[in-house]
Amino acid sequence: MTLSEPGSMIHAADLRKSFGGFEAVRGIDVDVRPGEAFGFLGPNGAGKSSTMRMVAAVSPVSGGTLRILGMDPATDGPAIRARIGVCPQEDTLDTELTVWENLFVYGRYFGLPKAEVREKVEELLEFVQLTDKAKAMVDDLSGGMKRRLTIARSLVNSPELLLLDEPTTGLDPQARHVVWDRLFRLKQQGVTLVLTTHYMDEAEQLTDRLVVMDKGLIVAEGSPLALIAEHSTREVAELRFPVAAEGGTHEPLAESVADLAERVEVLPDRLLLYTHDGEETMAKVHERGLEPIATLVRRSTLEDVFLRLTGRTLVD
Amino acid sequence: MALTLTGVQRSTARSLSAGEATGMLLYRNFLAYRRAWYIFATGFLEPLLYLFSIGVGVGALVGDFTFNGQTVPYAEFVAPGMLAASAMNGSVLDSTFNFFFKLKYNKLFDQMLATPLTTLDIARGELSWSLLRGGTYSAGFLLVMLAMGLVSSWWAVLVVPAALLIGAAFGAVCMALTTWMRSWQDFELVTLATLPMFLFSATFFPVSAYPGAVRWVVEATPLYRGVVLCRELTTGAVTWASAVSVVYLLVMVVVGLLLCRRRLDSLLLT
Repeated sequence: MTLSEPGSMIHAADLRKSFGGFEAVRGIDVDVRPGEAFGFLGPNGAGKSSTMRMVAAVSPVSGGTLRILGMDPATDGPAIRARIGVCPQEDTLDTELTVWENLFVYGRYFGLPKAEVREKVEELLEFVQLTDKAKAMVDDLSGGMKRRLTIARSLVNSPELLLLDEPTTGLDPQARHVVWDRLFRLKQQGVTLVLTTHYMDEAEQLTDRLVVMDKGLIVAEGSPLALIAEHSTREVAELRFPVAAEGGTHEPLAESVADLAERVEVLPDRLLLYTHDGEETMAKVHERGLEPIATLVRRSTLEDVFLRLTGRTLVD
Repeated sequence: MALTLTGVQRSTARSLSAGEATGMLLYRNFLAYRRAWYIFATGFLEPLLYLFSIGVGVGALVGDFTFNGQTVPYAEFVAPGMLAASAMNGSVLDSTFNFFFKLKYNKLFDQMLATPLTTLDIARGELSWSLLRGGTYSAGFLLVMLAMGLVSSWWAVLVVPAALLIGAAFGAVCMALTTWMRSWQDFELVTLATLPMFLFSATFFPVSAYPGAVRWVVEATPLYRGVVLCRELTTGAVTWASAVSVVYLLVMVVVGLLLCRRRLDSLLLT
């Protein structure tokens, strides 16, 4: 993937970003095609946001090549930013203005004529269901409303490429679903979406293709289904046991069923058996006389892939 | 659902010219401050109150004295000083407190930089705003001076541009310095710098009251340059020496603006 694919919305080759002595992005290759929904997954500190800021042409590249819409952010920053939409991780709404004014003023920063921006603002307010709140001050909005306003704002210049940095972090389930629905509609209209998230369900719902980042590198790439197929098994059998005694683990239990699954993961209160057929594995577990307090057979998710690739250790 | 992203788009987004960008920032600030117009009133009132209290009140005790070889009433001496000081104060308020709020709390500049706007657009636009504000105060104050008969020369017409220059000089430098501020406590330093200047930059008494070395220090302060420039204009005592003040203030504008832009680059475009 080091060669630029013609018509790439984003082309990165050996892209790097350092802050002083710390290298946040350590050489990644990415090509995002027109019209696709592309995801950056990774734990905190993986380098997702640093990558997004470089792509948004607000953070100088430390090394490697980066082209956005065929342009170099180092020399064509304003021209790139005119054609992309950015929904940053933290809402950077203008708290001194009303909802309507936020969109209107922002639209004017893009050099669009007043009448057109006015029309666009009405459309966008309707699109994110904030028409009733047009005259409200930003501080009076709920978290979900602020997020929707930020998304609306990122669309005011009719961008070809929309960058969303953790679009639904901190939202309640209702609000998340509204945001997902809006993003899905945008995708259907042909807008290229690039998003970062650490919600696996979000990545599975929204993205066509994604990369998993860890410690500044890309550790896996593909569609959600392909990644599951490649890095996990079709199903997972979960066996719940009482939490292991102080100093002890469930390792001995794990060894007794090791041959029943492709991989066994040991947690303080559970064994996870990665297997092709969960029910069959479960039946064999019971034949061996193990007595878990609860069992669950489920399909593998992107979360299993994610944890497999980036580990279970807490990242701050 | 009428989101016409694929519909008829008559205009495409583009980068703004320097003038357009400044216009947009002024418009944004106008919208924001429209709800807080009374804040503007205080900036206009302050120098007026000083003029009445010191210029007219204390002036009655002082009587006339000689300035640049001509006899002037005390109020006429103090008024241009107040004008220069109000230009400084109006501009310092916007370029320190308000600039800090936009930079650190409102994240206003972060959102602007996600658009085609640049850090230079921001520095220029914010400076223009504080100028507009300072200029309004100065023009209003000049009208009061006229009404009170405190203007004795046609040169006084130039006192408004002079006040704008003072505002620009202080605004640019203060914006640059504000980028180093860490918290609101640091703004005590602003008061620490502006209050002595306000009291001692030949605003209330002539610089000749100081002994040699101190006088040199006072004459080197930016507010002093502004005060004498305004005074020379309203009393009609303009000489080539006035150009020194103009150049001094112009240098502050340029250096402050460039420094501010560089600091914004290193703070926001990381």
